[in-house]
Amino acid sequence: MTTTISATSSQSNDVLQALALTCVRGERQLFHALDLEVKSGECLHVRGANGVGKTSLLRLLTGLSKPESGDVLWNHHSIQEDPKQYHRELLFLGHRDALKEDLTALENLEMYAALDGISITSEQALASLWRFGLRGREELPVHYLSAGQKRRVLMARMAIRQAKLWILDEPFNALDVDAVQALQNLIAEHLRLGGLVVFTSHQEIVLPQMRVLEL
Amino acid sequence: MNAFVTIIHRDLLLVMRRKSEVLTALFFFVVVTSLFPLGIGADAALLRKIAPGVLWVAALLSTLLGLQRMFAADYADGALEQLILTPQSLVLLVSGKVAAHWLVSGLPLVILAPIIGIQFDLDASSLYVLMASLLLGTPVLSLLGSIGAALTLGVRGGSVLMSLLIMPLYIPVLIFGAGAVYANSVGLDITGHFSLLGALLILALAFVPWVSAAALKIAIE
Repeated sequence: MTTTISATSSQSNDVLQALALTCVRGERQLFHALDLEVKSGECLHVRGANGVGKTSLLRLLTGLSKPESGDVLWNHHSIQEDPKQYHRELLFLGHRDALKEDLTALENLEMYAALDGISITSEQALASLWRFGLRGREELPVHYLSAGQKRRVLMARMAIRQAKLWILDEPFNALDVDAVQALQNLIAEHLRLGGLVVFTSHQEIVLPQMRVLEL
Repeated sequence: MNAFVTIIHRDLLLVMRRKSEVLTALFFFVVVTSLFPLGIGADAALLRKIAPGVLWVAALLSTLLGLQRMFAADYADGALEQLILTPQSLVLLVSGKVAAHWLVSGLPLVILAPIIGIQFDLDASSLYVLMASLLLGTPVLSLLGSIGAALTLGVRGGSVLMSLLIMPLYIPVLIFGAGAVYANSVGLDITGHFSLLGALLILALAFVPWVSAAALKIAIE
């Protein structure tokens, strides 16, 4: 596994490892003895055909599902040892947006901030929404937003979440050209600050320090 | 504790934005309990006698109506995964969701009960006992119901299965809840009924959040 050295500005040395992961869904074995390692400032792009197990792999990495065999380590400790500590460092965005449709974008952000145990002011949340082109839509219930605008709310959440590890399932779906660029910039900025990113996408994405894992 | 308050606040806010779901269950309670006096007629003695059972069964069924709501929406839109992935104790979050459920589907029954009770010609002391028994009993209904709601997540026809799973567990609450009102009306001691209802509540509080949290983790895998 080649590791190009992470950006100089990163201070932290976090590492996410998967050791000999095997995933079985129903009768079918999706992958077997899969190893991977992602360090601070690195980005892993998981690719593969539909149904090959990309989402399953991401869910194993978050701890939402348990592997048939193998283990996932965060900073050399199994994520099962102290899930709360791991969840504090982790932001997972699945292909469902997890936004409450009846709440406004701002309320969604503030609610998740409170649950994630980070304190943000309304101004910070608003600034984050504005950054991703949602000015004037902060007070609209989320179900009035388009699919792309919902993803933009999620980008605002990523920006204020202060997590080290981002695990993103198809984050570029439904985004227009500008938003794809904005999300790439957001991920690049996260990497520059020493964050880790694992994501899946069918699009060609160019990011610094990116490796590709073909399932 | 912060997370507990946050999740209650969130769920109540969601209910306020979509009142119809909750009002349906309350309206059901009011209508069903009002049908009995209308159907049976003005036989005051008979109405007094069946009142505790009718009110308690209606309370139980209207709780069941709203139970599916407890986790299903969060499960469908992916919010449940996010709740599990927050650095909060899932048991605390589940307790918060149960508390929110009780506040919108249990507490209103306690408040409505005396008004409904008048239709059954219940006297003041029976009404007090009815309210007190509902106050102790409905939280148990919400708590036990959360197990069923969590176990049947993602199951097709889940609400029917949930009713079948949960109804037998509700029997003790029904017996002691309705029993307290009946015992009071015939002049028997009611402390035993209330002690048992209280014991059921304490037991449910002590165990159910853990069971439901475990069931949610299984559902999400």
